[in-house]
Amino acid sequence: MPPEDGLVVVVKQDCPTCRLVEPVLAALPGLTVWSQDDPGFPAGVGAVGDDRALDVSVGLDIETVPTLIRFAGGREAERTVGWSRAAWRELTGIDDLGADLPEHRPGCGSRTLDPDVADELLVRRAGHTLAARRIEVSALEDEAEAMFDRGLTDGLPVVTPTPVRVLRMLAGTSHPADEVVAVVPPNLVEVTVEKVAVNAVMAGCRPEYLPVVLAAVAAACSETFNAHGVLATMWNAGPAILVNGPVAAEIGMNAKGNVLGQGNRANSTIGRALQLVIRNVGGGRPGGVDRATFGNPGKVGLCFAEDEAGSPWEPLSVSRGFAPGSSTVTVFAAEGPVGILEQISRTPESITRSLASTLRVVGHPKTALFFDATLLIGPEHARIYADAGWDRARLTAALDEALLLDRADVERGARGIEDGMLPGPERRLPKFRPGGLLVAHAGADAGQISTILGGWVGGPAGSSPTTLEVDPWR
Amino acid sequence: MALNAPLVFLDPTDESRPAARTAIDRPASLDGLRIGLLDINKARGNVFLDRVEQLLTGQGLAVARYAKPTFTRPMPPDLRREITAHCDVVIEALAD
Repeated sequence: MPPEDGLVVVVKQDCPTCRLVEPVLAALPGLTVWSQDDPGFPAGVGAVGDDRALDVSVGLDIETVPTLIRFAGGREAERTVGWSRAAWRELTGIDDLGADLPEHRPGCGSRTLDPDVADELLVRRAGHTLAARRIEVSALEDEAEAMFDRGLTDGLPVVTPTPVRVLRMLAGTSHPADEVVAVVPPNLVEVTVEKVAVNAVMAGCRPEYLPVVLAAVAAACSETFNAHGVLATMWNAGPAILVNGPVAAEIGMNAKGNVLGQGNRANSTIGRALQLVIRNVGGGRPGGVDRATFGNPGKVGLCFAEDEAGSPWEPLSVSRGFAPGSSTVTVFAAEGPVGILEQISRTPESITRSLASTLRVVGHPKTALFFDATLLIGPEHARIYADAGWDRARLTAALDEALLLDRADVERGARGIEDGMLPGPERRLPKFRPGGLLVAHAGADAGQISTILGGWVGGPAGSSPTTLEVDPWR
Repeated sequence: MALNAPLVFLDPTDESRPAARTAIDRPASLDGLRIGLLDINKARGNVFLDRVEQLLTGQGLAVARYAKPTFTRPMPPDLRREITAHCDVVIEALAD
């Protein structure tokens, strides 16, 4: 406890400036001294308080040693850091203080700021806010193996979610650790901000990714996305996350070359965090409720950003009703990417037919109004539309027209294939339901390539793409 | 950290043990039991259940038919309660 009235100084023996002022301290009457490293230092001041545990230094918010503080009426009246003859004389009221010392010497960093100590202090200060069960691993056990053995990983190594790492992760959001984010299928378990943070640490996320992860978890666990169905289906699809708005650049996401591939930390870890939440909190595991016949490599986690800067169209989020400049996640069902190599077309009409002909095979070439899909148009293809002045509405209308399937061509038995659509009155059938085809702009500037991510059963009977804002989770 | 100090990490799971579930004993006979046939509403599941119903009614047994609204979502709780209340055994048809 600091004195009601009087002087307090915090020092460490390891600091040359603290050693310099040692004789000055001995000359200050009624001084309370706290030492951060050596209770035998300084000499000649009577009893020295032992603050090797740094509780006093944290309480006094010490960043530099020496720090000299004057208390008056139980409150801090003033403080000075390092050694300044003039400042120390003014603060103490002793006019000839330190006459033999140089006029000024900067102080040293407080031990509370040492990186190894800072971690320990963070846990000591905030560890009690963490409610998750502590699991203890013997020092003889390999921590990575321990995580595998307990069934907590997706088959790749994870970052061990120690309390200090989780606390640092939680600094990525202003939301309290115990706030419920969503109810996670298949076990319908309430997931807190803290549990999302634990899994985000494991996935390899940085704290600034956490708001994106939280928004993605909330979107994936919505009634519209139907994560239970996406998990339980035998189909290849899993949840994918498309990020729009300024947050993508803020956290260094990739929207350009190799956008669906490896190599970018935010892309690689955010989708993985969502999948680890579904696995660990929701209890959704391959061979359990996950009944995928093949699955796809993106089920480790698939997250990427739209290339808005180079796009001839408004961002996907804006086309879905969100304000320009807002940051969003759109969660949708996606199987593995299928490329469309198209190097000859130079008119929007021709390239639209080209893209549509490949989109027809999603699910099966003879199904209509069944699966959703996402079309990622590459910059070289997008330029053809931009040069012709096609806006998003015109592109969508042209794709819809090019994706009308002749019933005679897709009925059961047609083209010598038993599978297909049942007979019915309509002569032509749309491949996708209204809103069932997402179109976004991404990929490297070079390459006359676009890419399809096939989806899953679309709409209320399956899964609908679900968009949520990120900023409320900051 | 001391060399031999244990490592402590936070549990990423929901921390609940899964409720132990055991199947009921297989009935020696279906005589007098209330039988439910549940269609999950996937293509051709009805073909299988129609045949099962035919075989069971041929033995003089009564069956009740139920169907999930869609195979893509979990069973509505009301339907689950109804089946629990009215059936002793249930035969569920997966499909494809």
